[in-house]
Amino acid sequence: MATYLEFEKPLAEIEGKAEELRALARANEEMDVEKEAAALDKKAAQLLKDLYKDLSPWRKTQVARHPDRPHCKDYIEALFTEYTPLAGDRNFADDHAVMGGLARFNDAPVMVIGHEKGHDTASRIERNFGMARPEGYRKAIRLMDMADRFRLPVITLVDTPGAYPGKGAEERGQAEAIARSTEKCLQIGVPLVSVIIGEGGSGGAVAFATANRIAMLEHSVYSVISPEGCASILWKDAEKMREAAEALRLTAQDLKKLAVIDRIIKEPLGGAQRDRAAAIAAVGSEIALMLDEMKGKKPAELIKDRRKKFLDMGSKGLAA
Amino acid sequence: MNWISNYVKPKINSLFSRREMPENLWTKCPECGTMLFHRELAENLNVCTNCDHHMAISPRARFTALFDGGIFSEIKVPEPIADPLQFRDQKKYPDRMRAAQKSTGEKEAMLVAEGEMGRTPIIAAAQDFSFMGGSMGMYVGNAIVAAAERAVKTKRPLILFAAAGGARMQEGILSLMQMPRTTVAVQMLKEAHLPYIVVLTHPTTGGVTASYAMLGDVQISEPNALICFAGPRVIEQTIREKLPEGFQRAEYLLDHGMLDRVTHRKKLREELVTITRMLMGLTPAIAGDLPAPGKVEDLAKA
Ligand SMILES: [Zn+2]
Repeated sequence: MATYLEFEKPLAEIEGKAEELRALARANEEMDVEKEAAALDKKAAQLLKDLYKDLSPWRKTQVARHPDRPHCKDYIEALFTEYTPLAGDRNFADDHAVMGGLARFNDAPVMVIGHEKGHDTASRIERNFGMARPEGYRKAIRLMDMADRFRLPVITLVDTPGAYPGKGAEERGQAEAIARSTEKCLQIGVPLVSVIIGEGGSGGAVAFATANRIAMLEHSVYSVISPEGCASILWKDAEKMREAAEALRLTAQDLKKLAVIDRIIKEPLGGAQRDRAAAIAAVGSEIALMLDEMKGKKPAELIKDRRKKFLDMGSKGLAA
Repeated sequence: MNWISNYVKPKINSLFSRREMPENLWTKCPECGTMLFHRELAENLNVCTNCDHHMAISPRARFTALFDGGIFSEIKVPEPIADPLQFRDQKKYPDRMRAAQKSTGEKEAMLVAEGEMGRTPIIAAAQDFSFMGGSMGMYVGNAIVAAAERAVKTKRPLILFAAAGGARMQEGILSLMQMPRTTVAVQMLKEAHLPYIVVLTHPTTGGVTASYAMLGDVQISEPNALICFAGPRVIEQTIREKLPEGFQRAEYLLDHGMLDRVTHRKKLREELVTITRMLMGLTPAIAGDLPAPGKVEDLAKA
């Protein structure tokens, strides 16, 4: 069963009807519903196209959070071979909200790191809904450091509502861990490429996405604060999330205009959740392209490029 | 409007309107309720003379107390483009900016200066919580980059006084990008082997804490300052339990290994002189040789 978002309700009705008709036909052999069902299919296809033609920032936020969207684990399983998870921060714990380890991408060894949200109740709890604690960032720092020493490119997959706002997380230095992870991203002399696959939630995302090349899936979002959070602070009303999403310019399209990201990866019609394999493949080819762009660059050059990229960022505003 | 008119104006106002007088001359300590006479409070660097509560202090007042004889020169910060996202909430961002500029007499939420502190040449940057919550946008990012570049060029240490509610939402993703940007600035200092000392003041939260404010060689905080990534209210809502007394306050962070020191504002200057001189390989400061810090009052008269 597909999960429909609120704005997809009319679509759910049509697709539901078509399904119902076919179920009826299966029960009564003499019924011929195919013509009617096909008409509904056509109507649904058109509606899907219309709905996704020009998604508002708030709708994109919902798509970015869609539970059926491929998550970090799905990308790692499909795009990498010999994935060997490496655990722990050597300090306190292993954070299951952050996946990471050695793997091969197109046969070449790499380090892959990403936020994992989980796909059902049990795994979501285990993954803390993709909200990392300091241990997660410290594990990432350790892995980036290792990648740097063994000259392995680093690929990060970003998908987090934000860093976990918990008591222990604060006591163990959530802010410091994020700051150090961002710092590590800027220090490593190997290619660092990042893909925002769903939600790029504030500092928790920056800690992984301070990369040489940053790509975003077409309906993913990347923002300083969630639309709900922004609405409750600036509008004093969390229900104004549509307005806040609009104002924050958190879509891939706006971020490309602002030169905060380099590339937009096209999603299948109706979002990555409607054709997961196609979305995963598209991300794979984009990672390959981004890594290619950095082939042959010396460590100092990679560090310099990364610094320049971030120092220059925002200097042109929307006219960039 | 500049800082002088900011200081002088209330006085002039008080001459014309007696009703405003008590408001302008007396400040009530939010902690203990004591009424503090403005001159006394300014001389005590905005620390309550009764209970030692550290109130906010403007970057200019802080620099006046920090630099020898209260003399410092401002370092020019490159102007970012205004309102880069054309942000509209209930108010327009440029209107919020103008209101903040009017109420503080400052251009933006950070001031950068150079001068001598205990005859030690330094660069200092201070964040202004009264300017839109000290929030970090493009300007604050530019200020930190400018401070670091100046420090590297003149081979001076950078002392940064942080105070912010976090990133400036009205600059959206560009405010978030100040986290890596300012981290690059910190790296410039580290590579030049120059000390970067952070003084955390009340409150320092969010993306500011999670970038330049936590990357100092030495991390000092003023007493009882709230220092955190996520604020206590957000955490209480998430974990649905009451947080312990003093949670996320400077002393709590010191206990949890997140800070080097918690230092009273009145002792801060001397401590900064001691630390920077050691890190810079300079001779010890001679206590009697330190010119007395200047007073805001004197400068206002001059
Ligand atoms: Zn008091």
